[in-house]
Amino acid sequence: MNGVHDMGGMDGFGKVEAEINEPVFHEEWESRVLAMVRAMGAAGAFNIDTSRFYRETIPPHVYLSSSYYKKWFLGLEEMLIEKGYLTREEVAAGHAMQPGKTLKHGKFDLTQVERIMVRGKFARPAPAPAKFNIGDRVRAKNIHPATHTRLPRYVRGHVGVVELNHGCHVFPDTAAMEHGEHPQWLYTVVFEGRDLWGEDGDPTLKVSIDAFEPYLDPA
Amino acid sequence: MSEHHHDHDHDHSELSETELRVRALETILTEKGYVEPAALDAIIQAYETKIGPHNGARVVAKAWTDPAFKKALLEDGSKAIGTLGHVSRVGDHLVVVENTPERHNMVVCTLCSCYPWEMLGLPPVWYKAAPYRSRAVKDPRGVLADFDVSLPKDMEIRVWDSTAETRFLVLPMRPAGTEGWSEEQLAELVTRDSMIGTGFPRTPGAPS
Repeated sequence: MNGVHDMGGMDGFGKVEAEINEPVFHEEWESRVLAMVRAMGAAGAFNIDTSRFYRETIPPHVYLSSSYYKKWFLGLEEMLIEKGYLTREEVAAGHAMQPGKTLKHGKFDLTQVERIMVRGKFARPAPAPAKFNIGDRVRAKNIHPATHTRLPRYVRGHVGVVELNHGCHVFPDTAAMEHGEHPQWLYTVVFEGRDLWGEDGDPTLKVSIDAFEPYLDPA
Repeated sequence: MSEHHHDHDHDHSELSETELRVRALETILTEKGYVEPAALDAIIQAYETKIGPHNGARVVAKAWTDPAFKKALLEDGSKAIGTLGHVSRVGDHLVVVENTPERHNMVVCTLCSCYPWEMLGLPPVWYKAAPYRSRAVKDPRGVLADFDVSLPKDMEIRVWDSTAETRFLVLPMRPAGTEGWSEEQLAELVTRDSMIGTGFPRTPGAPS
């Protein structure tokens, strides 16, 4: 979706302000939100792409004015309600009012913690040969799905070169919508800065994205 | 705001509305049998104490001292780090990109906050915030100036936008004046920002 989350190339957000000796969490609730997201994801309530999509659908003015973990919280609460894991009445009451729904991987308890400390695997067997080779020139498609995609706006329509082939991976565009994994070839595609940003762009800049094969046309 | 909240506005506690909502959600998830609070505590403890930039620093220091490891690391980051065992566990699809006198690498996630957690821990706020995510791909030298970092004007700058489940770790250049240093000594010079590409390693003798 063409949401405000797709920030590459936007102007006006000001300086990058790094905090010296930044703590891992600024407030305790942030850590609880992180843990709940990780736990409910690991228990099978949602996949990583769905959780990203819910954060992207937070209204733009709320997205821009909410802290990072506030966005995680808002996305999590709404997603769990819509997926039927809890109800708005329960949220309003602050307590469970009916038994829980069965989780694909069961309750997230202490025995589950170790396994989530390593990232999940996203590589899948290839359903078809790769369409592109290293060195091929490709054009990022000019697509504007209203649903989840990982093709950022700033490269759409531009020509780049395939630099790496990462194999076949879960396709976020369908996985996020719970329409299946539909594995796709994943490539690092590199663009010249001036192709993206015009004559005033930094002539020493190259930018790459990792692009799924359906995002690309031969050029 | 719901009427429920409104009714209780007069008896302000120390807790913010967000804190109250987060607590309520955890209560519901616990009561419904989805999560065990002690398991949430364990996740938090791991991110607060075990997983951080020291993991990545060990990998970088090893690459600076062991040419065969460096070669393997650049070919397949996950596989090479997997052979170390004691340094850190790492998931698939970690790509290590090398800084050279000709090219500087910088990592961003313009769409959200993708970051090599297992190597660097949880990302700092600036990495997840709009100024960095918006500008890194268009004006990386301007972003570097915000970090008081400048590059030679003809050096190539390569920005890696983490748009999929691949994760990127920058292998910075080894500082001069460290000949004969041990891996442990070298690891002390490797900063988090040097592995994101928004900084350089410390130089010998500089305050840490």
